[in-house]
Amino acid sequence: MNMTSRRLLWLLASVACYAALVGVWQLIADARLVASIYLPGPDRVLAALRRGAQSGELIGMIAITARHMLFGWLLASLAGVALGALIGISPAARAYFGPLLEFLRPLPASAVFPVAIALMGLSGGMLLSVIAFGALWPMLIATVHGFSSVEPRLIEVGAALKLSRWQLLRKIALPNAMPDILAGMRFGLTIALILAVVGEMLVSQGGLGHWILLSARMFRSADLFAGVFVLGLIGLAGSALLNLIERRVLAWRA
Amino acid sequence: MSAFLPTSPVRAGKGGSRARLRGAVIPLGLVLLAQIACDAVQLDSDSLASPLDILLQGLAGLLDGSVLGATAQTLTAALVGLALGTVCGVTAGIVLGLFHTLDKLATVSIEIIRPVPSAALIPVAMLLFGFGYRMEISLVAFSTLWPMLILTRAAVAGVEPRLLEVARALRLGTWARITKILIPAILPRVFVALRLSTGIALIVAVTVEIAANPMGLGYGMMLAQQSLRPGLMFALLFWIGLIGLLLNMLTLRLLRRWAADA
Repeated sequence: MNMTSRRLLWLLASVACYAALVGVWQLIADARLVASIYLPGPDRVLAALRRGAQSGELIGMIAITARHMLFGWLLASLAGVALGALIGISPAARAYFGPLLEFLRPLPASAVFPVAIALMGLSGGMLLSVIAFGALWPMLIATVHGFSSVEPRLIEVGAALKLSRWQLLRKIALPNAMPDILAGMRFGLTIALILAVVGEMLVSQGGLGHWILLSARMFRSADLFAGVFVLGLIGLAGSALLNLIERRVLAWRA
Repeated sequence: MSAFLPTSPVRAGKGGSRARLRGAVIPLGLVLLAQIACDAVQLDSDSLASPLDILLQGLAGLLDGSVLGATAQTLTAALVGLALGTVCGVTAGIVLGLFHTLDKLATVSIEIIRPVPSAALIPVAMLLFGFGYRMEISLVAFSTLWPMLILTRAAVAGVEPRLLEVARALRLGTWARITKILIPAILPRVFVALRLSTGIALIVAVTVEIAANPMGLGYGMMLAQQSLRPGLMFALLFWIGLIGLLLNMLTLRLLRRWAADA
């Protein structure tokens, strides 16, 4: 048996294992070991998913949450990479900004919500700013590290080739920083999704976060689990997207 | 996640006190500028507060015990959850790292459950446990379990094979093999994971309090905002930042000492 078919077989076994877990869950729900308002069976979650998809309600919520997550993340990526590059290439800027970044790093981004609500009210703009702000730090710190850790000999090579400062940045520093930037972007996307969900719970203007909180309050546990499942899929899709980008952008390293 | 990032990526160049001085310029300048601006416009706002006001409100909160009480609630939930998540994560990581068949079988299940954002489970925990410690602890435990599991599994996979051969040559049983050979070998990397998870634990605890759970520092911030006390709100924000920083330094120091002992 060759490698690929063996791997396929293991994957199938793993899927079967997952299916068995779902089966056990169904049995537990059917036997009413846990009250069904707390734990709906997979059949009821599936029905809730189908209902939400057919009425368009769930699709609308997914669109809102995905838009929040992606817009905030893109804003943070642009700002983070630009600022990070500026700080990263200059030792003086690093000396001035470094300690401030170190202090802000462990601060939970969700703690900015009350401040943003006080300043901007419970609005969509507030939500986007907090998402962008929260996702900015990992991006910024990773970019600073990427730009400041360029092999000195590469810079000497650049100097010998008489590259301009801009060329040095684009041809040597940026490719060197790319793996760090991508790692920062991956972490930033995770944070963006979490903040989008939390923010939607607070703002109450639609989105999956609002939807699952409402479902929990009204004891519609099937809708709640359907929403959580979809959020897991969004997280999975985000990480798949970054795998794709990573493979494209870092192809030259292989 | 930040395990991929070095522990201190933005060190302030060379030189001790001078570098520290330069690092203080911007924060101090900002604080001074804010104070001057607030005095100039005679700030009287429901959403902003002057640095002096923030400091006074923070001190008042510390003295009357309300801030310390909230801190104790948040830290209790974060640390108990962390302990629970660590025990479950490390155990599962060792089991999956040792038994490859089980690891391969569990792959799909893990990859489907893991990407669920912890915030999405807030309503689920609310439904199951109601408000209070149990809900917050379970969420912190769930969030810290995955990095502990993944990094422990990787640590087990990275153990020098010759060590395990030695265990076989000594005819150690499975239990002795785990406690005498495996655990000491993976400990340094488990410590790195633990440091990462400590940060996550505090973040999740505060997030849960802000989104739903009426206790601790996060809820204190929401309450200060809703009762239009921006001074207290900002004081709590900086306090949470300080706690995060101290927790990070403390775990680093503790883990270094343990690592030296181990």
